[in-house]
Amino acid sequence: MTINAKDVYYRDLNERVREEIKKGAADVVLDNVNGQRYIADGLRGKATITINGVPGNDLAAFMDGPTLIVNGNAQDGVANTMNDGKIIINGNAGDVLGYGMRGGKLYIKGDVGYRVGIHMKGFKSQVPVIIAGGTAGDFFGEYMAGGILVLLGIGKKKNEPIAGGYLGTGMHGGVMYVRGEVDPRDCGAEVGILEPNEEEMAELSAYLKEYCKDTGHDYGRIMKEKFIKIYPKSSRPYGRLYAY
Amino acid sequence: MDHWWQKDISGCGLSGIINWDGKRISGAVIKKSVALMHDRGNGQGGGFAAYGIYPEHKDHYALHIMFTEEPGKPTRDFDDAMKETEAYLDRALAVDLAEDIPVRVTEKVPSHPLLRRYFVKVKQGSLKGTNMTEDDYIVSAVMHINDKIDNAFVFSSGRNMGAFKGVGFPEDIADFFMLENYEGHTWTAHNRFPTNTQGWWGGAHPFTLLDWSIVHNGEISSYGINKRYLEMFGYKLALLTDTEVVTYMFDLLVRRQGLPISAACMAVAAPFWKDIDRMEESEREACEAIRMVYGPALLNGPFAILFGHGKGLIGMNDRIKLRPFIAATKGKTVYMASEESAIREICPEPKEVWAPRAGHPVVVEMGKGIV
Repeated sequence: MTINAKDVYYRDLNERVREEIKKGAADVVLDNVNGQRYIADGLRGKATITINGVPGNDLAAFMDGPTLIVNGNAQDGVANTMNDGKIIINGNAGDVLGYGMRGGKLYIKGDVGYRVGIHMKGFKSQVPVIIAGGTAGDFFGEYMAGGILVLLGIGKKKNEPIAGGYLGTGMHGGVMYVRGEVDPRDCGAEVGILEPNEEEMAELSAYLKEYCKDTGHDYGRIMKEKFIKIYPKSSRPYGRLYAY
Repeated sequence: MDHWWQKDISGCGLSGIINWDGKRISGAVIKKSVALMHDRGNGQGGGFAAYGIYPEHKDHYALHIMFTEEPGKPTRDFDDAMKETEAYLDRALAVDLAEDIPVRVTEKVPSHPLLRRYFVKVKQGSLKGTNMTEDDYIVSAVMHINDKIDNAFVFSSGRNMGAFKGVGFPEDIADFFMLENYEGHTWTAHNRFPTNTQGWWGGAHPFTLLDWSIVHNGEISSYGINKRYLEMFGYKLALLTDTEVVTYMFDLLVRRQGLPISAACMAVAAPFWKDIDRMEESEREACEAIRMVYGPALLNGPFAILFGHGKGLIGMNDRIKLRPFIAATKGKTVYMASEESAIREICPEPKEVWAPRAGHPVVVEMGKGIV
């Protein structure tokens, strides 16, 4: 099922996508997408939507199950409070990705912007995972409460930091893996930096194999460099703030 | 004018194009780009700045003046405001051409101010005995009209450029002013979503002075301190919107005080002290000096701005990137916008697309490209 999205207003496009999925379409392809907001927001079920072009802001907010493949760059606000499903972005993505994400996977081939993975959260089997192939801006994983956030730095220029400032500020749950080094002065006071252990590397490797299959990155090359693990030193960093 | 008035907060959409080789681009192109971000605004303001559009009058200052009502003020007959303004212009300046700004009335923009343009020069002898330049003289005339003549607002005053703005969605304002009939080497566009006060014609972006023009998405939280600082240098803030301070700040820092544009950008979006502490000594000294001397020029709060002038275009963000901003290039054209899709709408295959870092301006100069 292919829909030509050229010059189609976002409301009409999203209505059309919902109709097709309701009628039972398992694969929907959207061609010539450019800037249409709210694609797949709140969508449930198991359909796969392929987006050719640059989708607009708030892609896949509250999404609960489907798979999205974006052949292009994505803008801001992807996967806000997403609950389940998978998003593969074969390009770069903007700011505020995976805000409050509570399940599912967000795999970005290239760079990501500011405020990625803010306040991600997890519970038991609900483990949201974001993997970004390139570099990130400030506030990566700020107030992170759960899930797994991975940054690979592929294509990073020499002397360019892999992430910006305020990394993990206020982090109190979940874990980050960064391929390379971060300057502790760019990290929040609430995080510690360690080498991942074998068990952790095994879990990370499984996700990375899937990520490489989805995005076309070379798994062997990625694994040639060392990862660091960034973790919250306390699950309740502000428990005593205002209390004494 | 009411000096107690504070500000109007807005969150909006921006687009800009510059061909640094001087090739002129139709207004229809920038309209198409900003129209794609229709939903970033709410129909309460749209506007454009265009450079290189009046080559036949390139030595004249082009004064675009609107005669209109102002929120919260009693209003009078616009013809009276026009007569008073024209009497002042005849006294103060040499007016070589006075005409209506051509408009096409549509149902999308049902009512509009009286819109006039005047191509003027400073009269010989006007500067004698003063230490003013021609630019200073024009600025004082603009400030006089905006401050002293009720219901008259100069909305652009540069050479070979003009602003076109009003209440409506930007694509409707473009149709209203028939921008498809203009060609410029540099364009900026704005889609407004005012959140604190009603939109009015004078409050639409861009805000201009001489050939400086600013379109802005965000909120200048430091408006009060910036306004008082500018007032010390004789600027009158008459347009009831925070963005006005950005225009006058660049006029003060770059034109009057001669700072390089990069230093002016650093003053308005200064690096944090924690980052200054990590710089090499020479860079640190320069940053410290700028922060100390120009503390009241610092713009706080979330913003993305496009800052146009006769010789280039600058785009920049606040220091922690609280508003979206994307840049792209293709050949000798540079694009900047709130959303990548707005660039791809008019340039489907850019050579390079990137998200500039917070507080780091993208500076394009005519004849040179990105510097």
